[in-house]
Amino acid sequence: MNKVLEPARPPSQAHCAAHPLVGMRGVGKSYGPVRALEAVDFDLASNEIVGLVGHNGAGKSTLMNILAGVVQRTDGDFMLEGTPVARWSAAEAHRHGIRCVFQELSLCANLSPAENTRIVHRGLRGLGWKKRAGALITAALDRIFPGHGIDPHLVVSNLSIAERQMVEIARAYTSTNEPIRCVILDEPTSALGHTATEQLLAHIRRAASDGIASILITHRLNEILAVCNRAVVMVDGGIVAVRSTKGLSRSELVELTGHVEAPRDRQKKDRSTPGRPIVDHRTELAQDKVVLAAPGEIVGFAGLDGHGQRERLRDIYKTMKGGQTPVAYVAGDRGTEGVFGLWSIADNLTIRSLKTLRRGGLISDEASRTLASTWAKKLQVKAPSIDTPILSLSGGNQQKVLFARALASDAAVVFLDDPMRGVDVGTKQEVYRLIRSEAEKGRCFVWYTTELEELTNCDRIYVFREGRAVVELADEAIETGRILEASFGGGNG
Amino acid sequence: MTTRRLPLPAPWTYGFLFALAMWIATTAYAGIGSAGATLSSAIVFGAFSVVVGTGQMFVIASGPGNIDLSIPSVLTLSAYVSMTAMGGRDDLVLVGLLAALAVGAAAGALNFLAITLLRLPPIIATLAWSFIFQSFAFNFGGEATLKPPSLLSQFAVWRVAGIQVMPLAVILVTVAAAVALRRSVWGRQLLAVGQSEPAAAFAGIPVKRVRLTAYVLCSTMAGLAAFLLAGFTGGAALNMGDAYLLESIAVVVLGGTSIAGGQANAVGIWGAALFFNLMATMLNTFGIEVGVRLVLTGVLIILVVAVVPRGRTG
Repeated sequence: MNKVLEPARPPSQAHCAAHPLVGMRGVGKSYGPVRALEAVDFDLASNEIVGLVGHNGAGKSTLMNILAGVVQRTDGDFMLEGTPVARWSAAEAHRHGIRCVFQELSLCANLSPAENTRIVHRGLRGLGWKKRAGALITAALDRIFPGHGIDPHLVVSNLSIAERQMVEIARAYTSTNEPIRCVILDEPTSALGHTATEQLLAHIRRAASDGIASILITHRLNEILAVCNRAVVMVDGGIVAVRSTKGLSRSELVELTGHVEAPRDRQKKDRSTPGRPIVDHRTELAQDKVVLAAPGEIVGFAGLDGHGQRERLRDIYKTMKGGQTPVAYVAGDRGTEGVFGLWSIADNLTIRSLKTLRRGGLISDEASRTLASTWAKKLQVKAPSIDTPILSLSGGNQQKVLFARALASDAAVVFLDDPMRGVDVGTKQEVYRLIRSEAEKGRCFVWYTTELEELTNCDRIYVFREGRAVVELADEAIETGRILEASFGGGNG
Repeated sequence: MTTRRLPLPAPWTYGFLFALAMWIATTAYAGIGSAGATLSSAIVFGAFSVVVGTGQMFVIASGPGNIDLSIPSVLTLSAYVSMTAMGGRDDLVLVGLLAALAVGAAAGALNFLAITLLRLPPIIATLAWSFIFQSFAFNFGGEATLKPPSLLSQFAVWRVAGIQVMPLAVILVTVAAAVALRRSVWGRQLLAVGQSEPAAAFAGIPVKRVRLTAYVLCSTMAGLAAFLLAGFTGGAALNMGDAYLLESIAVVVLGGTSIAGGQANAVGIWGAALFFNLMATMLNTFGIEVGVRLVLTGVLIILVVAVVPRGRTG
């Protein structure tokens, strides 16, 4: 994979009048010791459309949140039309005409589109504000999505997801007494149908010619190539490339986003053909692959975040829970789906194995403690004793206890729900080793992960896109480029 | 379960401490001669609260929002069905016990079905069923009191070497409940479900079955209380369960069980039940008029709950 490193450069001279609308120099963000955004340079001209591309966790959201005033930068300079900005907040940003369309819909579901519009426009007050707000949002909807058929006074929860997205987008383009200079659109088309998507892209172009700049964040690279002037590629918290979209091809763009650690040498496994699958899960959806997994296999679920991997994993777990094959589930959302906060390490660890710990009908204290200390030791849980309350452990150690709970059980299939998020590198390596050795002993793992390099631990992976398992890769074919290509949807995303 | 570093006594012991204080106060006022009688009557009456409270504890421990408001009406209905089944005959006492337990178990299952199938909040589902159960009881016996067989009446006040047997049997129930919570698979699973339903489901626990068992046990305990209480008070009456609506909840919470679920204490219920009964005795002994007595009851409960150290809330 080619590593393309190119300094950010100002927009082409044709777009750049006196000062760019937004100019960022060396802007970065740290959360304590964690660096979320390296010092980056980012420019935006007032009539420009910029596409922002990159994998999950590449820093796109952080950069945009800094621009929108949601997050404060920890270093660097930020200039608005050549004027340095010191204090910056969401309200300031709005006052200066920077609007956001969020990926997670931010409309209040119990209010109507008109009332939701009022929320961002303080000017809509006095008698008849509801009527004026309704007219305002309807006008914006008519402009962007002609023929939308949305009643501005119907409560939002009655609207479809696509309609809500339309309202959210249209609201960003409404204006009362504050200007609109720049609209940040974060995955605006993922919920929209084909027609609405075309309408939106056309509108973005029109807006640019009227002097409203747009920043488009999307995994649908074709949209970027179709509508943007420039593509900005982010990897691991930094900007790695800024390209004019003129003459840029889709595959070049994919390649630019694929800057990840080279996969480790995968250990050649002398596996004879895998045995009969113990996981065999199919859905009603067209073009959705059957998920198969045999004893001793590590099967990965890949793809961009939120494309149906977790739902499928849970579906399979729920189908198999209580059936013939014992299963266990390691939750990634420790706080709400993993730990029992009132309990000790030992109680948390043994809860999945209680039935095997019974002696004469009652749970044996001795057997429980033996099981708990054996596995706590195996996973090197750092705690004074197995009676330590689980909540007093660090996140990584809590996660180890959850792993231990699954591995100490009789489960033949272990489901991993992106469990290594926020876990330090050392712990990760220990757990990877353990997973591989458990697999060699005949356990089967189905592993959903958002971290590309984790997939190199898998024997076989399914790449998900738009709710379906669309591509299956095995052994040597598990390689970053192919995974990304499949995630972005080949030539028709 | 968890290590306590505080030098304060554990929350569940406070019921016992306050009960002791009430007892001392009563004895100081009425003289040492009445001390034994005061205590033994508190133990007998407390035993009924403990039986219904233990059932309520299982339900409350099964997670936030879980509560059984149908206990009084289940108790009344069970008593009526049981007395009718026995018809005053000594040889049918066992049948009567089984009838009371069966009515309780069925009521618990109906409660849980309404909660899980119709997705009703437990507070509504059990309240709605309580009206239905109460009207069944009314149809069974009307305003009349159905008399228990004499054997049952004798058992309720039976003493061996001066010690009453009925409260002893209830103590065994408490011990069984405590062991179940600590050492049975169901008990551990119940406390896990009570702490976090999603975490329990992902830990392989059959969440619904565990909760169903809690509701069935709760109503079955109400049936058991009905059987014993009818024997003790001379029969089934329509208002016999009324006192246990709030008391069943109060003894659980004061007994050290978390209203937020996931943590339960069976032994503490005894302390709380003794406290409530000894407090009533004390205020009666002081000869305070009814209105003031009720005010003092309320004030004392608030004081006690405020003093008890709370672990996790909410």
